[in-house]
Amino acid sequence: MPWFEDIEIGARMELGPYTFTEEEIIRFATKYDPQYFHIDAEAAKAGPFGGLTASGWHTTATWMKMMIRSRTGREDLPDETGRKPAGGPSPGFLDMKWPNPVRAGDTITYSSTVIEKIEMKSRPAWGIIRSRNIGINQHGQTVLEFTGQGMIERRNPG
Amino acid sequence: MTQPKYYWEDFRLGETVEFGRKLVTREEIIEFASEFDAQPFHLDEEAAKASILGGLCASGWHSCAMMMRMMFDGYVLESASMGAPGVDEVRWKKPVYVGDVLRVRRTCTERRVSKSRPEMGLTKFLIEMLNQKDEVVLTSLGWAMYGRRHPGAPVEGDA
Repeated sequence: MPWFEDIEIGARMELGPYTFTEEEIIRFATKYDPQYFHIDAEAAKAGPFGGLTASGWHTTATWMKMMIRSRTGREDLPDETGRKPAGGPSPGFLDMKWPNPVRAGDTITYSSTVIEKIEMKSRPAWGIIRSRNIGINQHGQTVLEFTGQGMIERRNPG
Repeated sequence: MTQPKYYWEDFRLGETVEFGRKLVTREEIIEFASEFDAQPFHLDEEAAKASILGGLCASGWHSCAMMMRMMFDGYVLESASMGAPGVDEVRWKKPVYVGDVLRVRRTCTERRVSKSRPEMGLTKFLIEMLNQKDEVVLTSLGWAMYGRRHPGAPVEGDA
Protein backbone atom coordinates (compact mmCIF):
# COMPACT_ATOMS: atom_id res chain seq x y z
CA MET A 1 0.00 0.00 0.00
CA PRO A 2 1.63 3.30 -1.02
CA TRP A 3 1.10 6.63 0.76
CA PHE A 4 -1.79 8.77 -0.49
CA GLU A 5 0.73 11.35 -1.76
CA ASP A 6 2.56 8.78 -3.91
CA ILE A 7 -0.48 7.64 -5.88
CA GLU A 8 -0.76 9.24 -9.31
CA ILE A 9 -3.96 9.92 -11.21
CA GLY A 10 -3.96 7.74 -14.32
CA ALA A 11 -1.86 5.01 -12.72
CA ARG A 12 -3.20 1.62 -13.80
CA MET A 13 -2.82 -1.65 -11.92
CA GLU A 14 -3.21 -4.90 -13.79
CA LEU A 15 -4.76 -7.27 -11.28
CA GLY A 16 -4.44 -10.31 -13.51
CA PRO A 17 -6.70 -13.04 -14.85
CA TYR A 18 -9.07 -15.24 -12.86
CA THR A 19 -10.90 -18.29 -14.21
CA PHE A 20 -14.35 -19.02 -12.74
CA THR A 21 -15.31 -22.65 -12.26
CA GLU A 22 -18.87 -23.97 -12.19
CA GLU A 23 -18.24 -25.31 -8.69
CA GLU A 24 -17.32 -21.92 -7.22
CA ILE A 25 -20.05 -20.03 -9.08
CA ILE A 26 -22.56 -22.40 -7.49
CA ARG A 27 -20.84 -22.34 -4.08
CA PHE A 28 -20.90 -18.52 -3.83
CA ALA A 29 -24.46 -18.25 -5.12
CA THR A 30 -25.75 -21.00 -2.85
CA LYS A 31 -24.66 -18.88 0.13
CA TYR A 32 -25.49 -15.40 -1.06
CA ASP A 33 -27.52 -15.24 -4.27
CA PRO A 34 -29.30 -18.55 -4.94
CA GLN A 35 -31.32 -17.46 -7.98
CA TYR A 36 -31.76 -20.53 -10.16
CA PHE A 37 -29.63 -19.14 -13.00
CA HIS A 38 -26.69 -18.92 -10.54
CA ILE A 39 -27.02 -22.38 -8.95
CA ASP A 40 -28.69 -24.78 -11.40
CA ALA A 41 -26.95 -25.25 -14.77
CA GLU A 42 -29.87 -27.22 -16.23
CA ALA A 43 -32.64 -24.81 -15.19
CA ALA A 44 -30.44 -21.84 -16.16
CA LYS A 45 -30.62 -22.88 -19.83
CA ALA A 46 -34.20 -21.62 -19.91
CA GLY A 47 -33.32 -18.51 -17.86
CA PRO A 48 -32.55 -14.91 -18.83
CA PHE A 49 -28.89 -15.61 -19.71
CA GLY A 50 -29.34 -18.97 -21.44
CA GLY A 51 -27.04 -20.78 -19.02
CA LEU A 52 -25.38 -20.75 -15.62
CA THR A 53 -23.87 -17.36 -14.71
CA ALA A 54 -22.00 -16.01 -11.71
CA SER A 55 -23.76 -13.66 -9.29
CA GLY A 56 -22.72 -10.08 -10.05
CA TRP A 57 -21.60 -9.88 -6.42
CA HIS A 58 -19.30 -12.85 -7.00
CA THR A 59 -17.82 -11.20 -10.11
CA THR A 60 -17.28 -8.08 -8.00
CA ALA A 61 -15.90 -9.77 -4.85
CA THR A 62 -13.36 -11.47 -7.11
CA TRP A 63 -12.17 -8.03 -8.24
CA MET A 64 -11.41 -7.33 -4.55
CA LYS A 65 -9.68 -10.70 -4.21
CA MET A 66 -7.41 -9.86 -7.13
CA MET A 67 -6.74 -6.36 -5.77
CA ILE A 68 -5.65 -7.82 -2.43
CA ARG A 69 -3.51 -10.40 -4.23
CA SER A 70 -1.81 -7.65 -6.26
CA ARG A 71 -1.09 -5.55 -3.18
CA THR A 72 0.34 -8.43 -1.17
CA GLY A 73 4.10 -8.62 -1.07
CA ARG A 74 4.68 -5.15 -2.46
CA GLU A 75 7.33 -3.23 -0.54
CA ASP A 76 5.93 -0.09 1.05
CA LEU A 77 8.29 2.75 1.80
CA PRO A 78 8.24 3.87 5.44
CA ASP A 79 8.51 7.57 6.26
CA GLU A 80 11.50 8.96 8.19
CA THR A 81 10.05 7.68 11.49
CA GLY A 82 9.61 4.17 10.14
CA ARG A 83 5.83 4.49 9.81
CA LYS A 84 4.17 2.67 6.91
CA PRO A 85 0.87 3.72 5.35
CA ALA A 86 -2.29 1.86 6.37
CA GLY A 87 -5.19 1.11 4.11
CA GLY A 88 -8.55 2.03 5.50
CA PRO A 89 -12.15 1.26 4.78
CA SER A 90 -14.15 2.46 1.81
CA PRO A 91 -17.14 4.81 1.97
CA GLY A 92 -18.77 2.90 -0.89
CA PHE A 93 -18.77 2.66 -4.67
CA LEU A 94 -20.53 4.24 -7.64
CA ASP A 95 -21.80 3.39 -11.09
CA MET A 96 -21.40 -0.39 -11.08
CA LYS A 97 -22.38 -2.24 -14.23
CA TRP A 98 -22.50 -5.91 -15.11
CA PRO A 99 -22.87 -5.53 -18.91
CA ASN A 100 -22.23 -9.20 -19.72
CA PRO A 101 -22.58 -12.33 -17.61
CA VAL A 102 -19.68 -14.45 -16.33
CA ARG A 103 -20.07 -18.12 -17.24
CA ALA A 104 -18.26 -21.21 -15.96
CA GLY A 105 -14.83 -21.44 -17.59
CA ASP A 106 -14.64 -17.71 -18.37
CA THR A 107 -11.34 -16.01 -17.62
CA ILE A 108 -11.77 -12.46 -16.38
CA THR A 109 -8.88 -10.00 -16.49
CA TYR A 110 -9.26 -7.29 -13.85
CA SER A 111 -7.67 -3.85 -13.66
CA SER A 112 -7.87 -0.64 -11.62
CA THR A 113 -7.07 2.87 -12.82
CA VAL A 114 -6.78 5.86 -10.46
CA ILE A 115 -9.14 8.66 -11.57
CA GLU A 116 -9.36 11.03 -8.59
CA LYS A 117 -7.71 11.86 -5.25
CA ILE A 118 -9.71 13.51 -2.48
CA GLU A 119 -8.21 14.94 0.73
CA MET A 120 -10.63 14.27 3.58
CA LYS A 121 -11.63 17.37 5.53
CA SER A 122 -13.16 15.34 8.34
CA ARG A 123 -10.12 13.09 8.76
CA PRO A 124 -6.94 14.99 7.86
CA ALA A 125 -4.74 11.89 8.30
CA TRP A 126 -6.52 10.21 5.40
CA GLY A 127 -7.28 10.66 1.71
CA ILE A 128 -9.69 8.89 -0.60
CA ILE A 129 -8.53 7.35 -3.86
CA ARG A 130 -11.18 6.89 -6.54
CA SER A 131 -10.48 4.32 -9.24
CA ARG A 132 -12.30 2.96 -12.27
CA ASN A 133 -12.23 -0.80 -11.99
CA ILE A 134 -12.86 -3.16 -14.85
CA GLY A 135 -13.20 -6.87 -15.58
CA ILE A 136 -12.97 -8.16 -19.18
CA ASN A 137 -13.58 -11.72 -20.37
CA GLN A 138 -11.57 -13.77 -22.84
CA HIS A 139 -13.71 -12.43 -25.72
CA GLY A 140 -12.89 -8.82 -24.86
CA GLN A 141 -16.36 -8.16 -23.41
CA THR A 142 -16.69 -6.09 -20.27
CA VAL A 143 -18.32 -8.05 -17.43
CA LEU A 144 -17.74 -5.55 -14.61
CA GLU A 145 -17.07 -1.86 -14.27
CA PHE A 146 -17.40 0.41 -11.27
CA THR A 147 -15.89 3.41 -9.55
CA GLY A 148 -14.33 2.26 -6.30
CA GLN A 149 -13.18 4.36 -3.38
CA GLY A 150 -10.62 3.56 -0.72
CA MET A 151 -9.18 5.45 2.22
CA ILE A 152 -5.40 5.59 2.37
CA GLU A 153 -3.18 7.27 4.97
CA ARG A 154 -1.37 10.50 4.16
CA ARG A 155 2.34 10.81 4.80
CA ASN A 156 1.83 14.46 5.75
CA PRO A 157 -1.58 14.83 7.41
CA GLY A 158 -3.56 18.02 6.86
CA MET B 1 -39.97 -23.10 -11.41
CA THR B 2 -43.27 -22.54 -9.75
CA GLN B 3 -45.48 -19.62 -10.67
CA PRO B 4 -43.91 -16.41 -9.31
CA LYS B 5 -45.78 -14.52 -6.61
CA TYR B 6 -44.32 -11.12 -7.50
CA TYR B 7 -44.24 -9.67 -10.98
CA TRP B 8 -43.10 -6.18 -11.98
CA GLU B 9 -46.66 -4.93 -11.46
CA ASP B 10 -46.50 -5.90 -7.77
CA PHE B 11 -43.72 -3.44 -6.85
CA ARG B 12 -45.61 -0.19 -6.28
CA LEU B 13 -43.99 3.22 -6.48
CA GLY B 14 -43.18 4.55 -3.01
CA GLU B 15 -43.93 1.26 -1.26
CA THR B 16 -41.60 0.42 1.66
CA VAL B 17 -41.23 -3.07 3.12
CA GLU B 18 -38.89 -4.56 5.72
CA PHE B 19 -37.66 -8.12 5.86
CA GLY B 20 -34.76 -10.38 6.79
CA ARG B 21 -32.86 -11.24 9.93
CA LYS B 22 -29.19 -12.06 9.66
CA LEU B 23 -26.90 -12.68 12.63
CA VAL B 24 -23.32 -11.84 11.63
CA THR B 25 -20.85 -14.34 13.07
CA ARG B 26 -17.08 -14.10 13.50
CA GLU B 27 -16.64 -17.32 11.54
CA GLU B 28 -18.53 -16.04 8.52
CA ILE B 29 -16.75 -12.65 8.54
CA ILE B 30 -13.36 -14.38 8.57
CA GLU B 31 -14.38 -17.01 6.02
CA PHE B 32 -15.59 -14.44 3.49
CA ALA B 33 -12.62 -12.11 4.06
CA SER B 34 -10.10 -14.95 3.79
CA GLU B 35 -11.35 -15.68 0.30
CA PHE B 36 -12.16 -12.20 -1.05
CA ASP B 37 -10.92 -9.35 1.15
CA ALA B 38 -7.97 -10.43 3.29
CA GLN B 39 -7.34 -7.19 5.17
CA PRO B 40 -6.35 -7.24 8.88
CA PHE B 41 -9.56 -5.55 10.16
CA HIS B 42 -11.65 -8.32 8.54
CA LEU B 43 -9.46 -11.20 9.78
CA ASP B 44 -7.86 -10.46 13.11
CA GLU B 45 -9.51 -9.14 16.30
CA GLU B 46 -6.41 -7.44 17.69
CA ALA B 47 -5.42 -5.80 14.41
CA ALA B 48 -9.01 -4.68 13.94
CA LYS B 49 -9.14 -3.06 17.41
CA ALA B 50 -6.02 -1.07 16.56
CA SER B 51 -7.41 0.02 13.19
CA ILE B 52 -9.66 2.91 12.24
CA LEU B 53 -12.64 0.51 12.34
CA GLY B 54 -12.19 -0.31 16.04
CA GLY B 55 -13.12 -3.99 15.90
CA LEU B 56 -13.49 -7.03 13.71
CA CYS B 57 -15.98 -6.17 10.99
CA ALA B 58 -17.31 -7.60 7.75
CA SER B 59 -15.89 -6.78 4.34
CA GLY B 60 -18.13 -4.29 2.55
CA TRP B 61 -18.44 -6.87 -0.22
CA HIS B 62 -19.62 -9.37 2.38
CA SER B 63 -22.23 -6.84 3.51
CA CYS B 64 -23.42 -6.57 -0.10
CA ALA B 65 -23.60 -10.36 -0.33
CA MET B 66 -25.59 -10.59 2.92
CA MET B 67 -27.93 -7.88 1.61
CA MET B 68 -28.42 -9.88 -1.58
CA ARG B 69 -29.25 -13.01 0.41
CA MET B 70 -31.86 -11.20 2.49
CA MET B 71 -33.36 -9.77 -0.71
CA PHE B 72 -33.43 -13.25 -2.21
CA ASP B 73 -35.17 -14.78 0.80
CA GLY B 74 -37.43 -11.73 1.23
CA TYR B 75 -38.89 -11.56 -2.29
CA VAL B 76 -36.54 -12.41 -5.17
CA LEU B 77 -37.12 -16.17 -4.81
CA GLU B 78 -40.86 -15.70 -5.23
CA SER B 79 -40.51 -13.12 -7.99
CA ALA B 80 -40.17 -13.16 -11.76
CA SER B 81 -36.62 -11.79 -11.34
CA MET B 82 -34.63 -11.31 -14.53
CA GLY B 83 -31.43 -10.12 -12.85
CA ALA B 84 -29.92 -6.66 -12.52
CA PRO B 85 -27.80 -4.55 -14.89
CA GLY B 86 -25.67 -3.20 -12.04
CA VAL B 87 -25.90 -0.88 -9.05
CA ASP B 88 -25.91 2.92 -9.19
CA GLU B 89 -24.42 3.45 -5.76
CA VAL B 90 -23.61 1.63 -2.54
CA ARG B 91 -22.63 3.46 0.63
CA TRP B 92 -20.96 1.60 3.46
CA LYS B 93 -22.12 3.94 6.19
CA LYS B 94 -21.12 2.03 9.33
CA PRO B 95 -19.01 -1.05 10.04
CA VAL B 96 -20.86 -4.37 10.41
CA TYR B 97 -19.46 -5.99 13.56
CA VAL B 98 -19.50 -9.52 14.97
CA GLY B 99 -22.85 -10.14 16.65
CA ASP B 100 -24.78 -7.53 14.64
CA VAL B 101 -28.27 -8.54 13.58
CA LEU B 102 -29.12 -7.13 10.16
CA ARG B 103 -32.34 -6.57 8.28
CA VAL B 104 -33.33 -4.83 5.06
CA ARG B 105 -35.75 -2.03 4.20
CA ARG B 106 -36.73 -1.75 0.54
CA THR B 107 -38.34 1.30 -1.07
CA CYS B 108 -39.39 1.47 -4.72
CA THR B 109 -38.24 4.89 -5.97
CA GLU B 110 -38.83 4.53 -9.73
CA ARG B 111 -40.37 2.06 -12.15
CA ARG B 112 -40.79 1.75 -15.89
CA VAL B 113 -41.48 -0.81 -18.57
CA SER B 114 -38.85 -1.92 -21.05
CA LYS B 115 -39.46 -0.49 -24.52
CA SER B 116 -37.39 -3.14 -26.29
CA ARG B 117 -38.66 -6.11 -24.24
CA PRO B 118 -42.42 -5.94 -23.60
CA GLU B 119 -42.23 -8.96 -21.27
CA MET B 120 -39.98 -7.03 -18.89
CA GLY B 121 -40.25 -4.12 -16.47
CA LEU B 122 -37.66 -2.32 -14.38
CA THR B 123 -37.82 -1.10 -10.79
CA LYS B 124 -35.38 1.10 -8.94
CA PHE B 125 -35.06 0.11 -5.30
CA LEU B 126 -33.44 1.99 -2.45
CA ILE B 127 -32.20 -0.77 -0.16
CA GLU B 128 -31.23 0.16 3.38
CA MET B 129 -29.55 -2.42 5.59
CA LEU B 130 -30.08 -1.78 9.31
CA ASN B 131 -28.50 -3.25 12.43
CA GLN B 132 -30.10 -4.13 15.77
CA LYS B 133 -29.66 -0.51 16.92
CA ASP B 134 -31.70 0.66 13.92
CA GLU B 135 -28.59 2.26 12.44
CA VAL B 136 -28.38 2.21 8.65
CA VAL B 137 -25.11 0.40 7.91
CA LEU B 138 -25.45 0.24 4.12
CA THR B 139 -27.55 1.86 1.41
CA SER B 140 -27.84 0.65 -2.17
CA LEU B 141 -29.62 2.21 -5.10
CA GLY B 142 -30.13 0.44 -8.39
CA TRP B 143 -32.41 -0.96 -11.06
CA ALA B 144 -33.56 -4.57 -11.25
CA MET B 145 -35.50 -6.35 -14.00
CA TYR B 146 -38.69 -8.35 -13.49
CA GLY B 147 -41.05 -10.20 -15.74
CA ARG B 148 -44.45 -8.57 -16.27
CA ARG B 149 -47.68 -10.33 -15.39
CA HIS B 150 -49.23 -8.77 -18.46
CA PRO B 151 -46.48 -8.35 -21.08
CA GLY B 152 -46.96 -5.30 -23.25
CA ALA B 153 -50.16 -4.21 -21.50
CA PRO B 154 -50.72 -0.45 -21.21
CA VAL B 155 -49.50 0.90 -17.88
CA GLU B 156 -51.47 3.48 -15.98
CA GLY B 157 -50.55 6.14 -13.50
CA ASP B 158 -47.33 5.74 -11.62
CA ALA B 159 -45.22 3.97 -14.22
